[in-house]
Amino acid sequence: MNGSRPNHGLFLPVGRRQLLAAGIAGLMVVSLPRQVLARPSLQEAIRTFTGGADAQDGRVRLELPPLVENGNAVGITVNAESPMTADNHVRRIGIFNEKNPEANVIVFHLGPRSGRAQVSTRIRLATSQVVVAVAEMSDGSFWSSRASAIVTLAACIEDLS
Amino acid sequence: MTARALVNVPKAVKQGEVVEIKAMIAHPMETGYRVGPNGTNIPRDIIRRFACSYGGEEVFWADLYPAVSANPFIAFTLVASTSGTIAFTWTDDAGETQTASAEITVS
Repeated sequence: MNGSRPNHGLFLPVGRRQLLAAGIAGLMVVSLPRQVLARPSLQEAIRTFTGGADAQDGRVRLELPPLVENGNAVGITVNAESPMTADNHVRRIGIFNEKNPEANVIVFHLGPRSGRAQVSTRIRLATSQVVVAVAEMSDGSFWSSRASAIVTLAACIEDLS
Repeated sequence: MTARALVNVPKAVKQGEVVEIKAMIAHPMETGYRVGPNGTNIPRDIIRRFACSYGGEEVFWADLYPAVSANPFIAFTLVASTSGTIAFTWTDDAGETQTASAEITVS
């Protein structure tokens, strides 16, 4: 008995530590899928679009209403400065958001036959946030424009509550 | 996929003129993030791709994501080159397509 008591005293703290370590490891495993599911940030989404290149400010204008009453349909227009000739045109225009469940909104593919680099559509905004338009020119450069909107009625997640 | 599609193309234009094209299709664009009355997520069902071809050549297309509103509307421009057909195709998540077309007369 006397011989086994110190043993208990010696092994129990180790057992607690192991339990604690196992618990922490378990928590990390549980929290991993959430990190995997988390959407890429606005910057990451733009980097994926540009293939790692930096997007410079200018040459693109994103028109977004500053105050949005209904986030389910927000009219946006993107204009890019480009002569739209065979050797100097806009190849793609991508729209990205900051706080929707997915960072991508839409990607337009244009060419010299577009005549003008101007596109419009209607998008969803889940909350007040920043929206960015990035244009890829035929010379491989990227240009961006950002605008923010305040949304009073949210889209996408309205039925979650 | 049978959905009502609306396209707006000017009928008669001058050669070289830049014309505005508008296209819309009746589609719920279900995001997959909404929860239905039974507590499970409503499955995603969106238009994934929109394409426009002019005289048989694809001149404009777009990749759509769930953040595009229901009844997706897209407006863009084209240079009027020759008289012919401007055809529109929408492709949904299941790979089914819906088409619409309009004739343009270039003088």
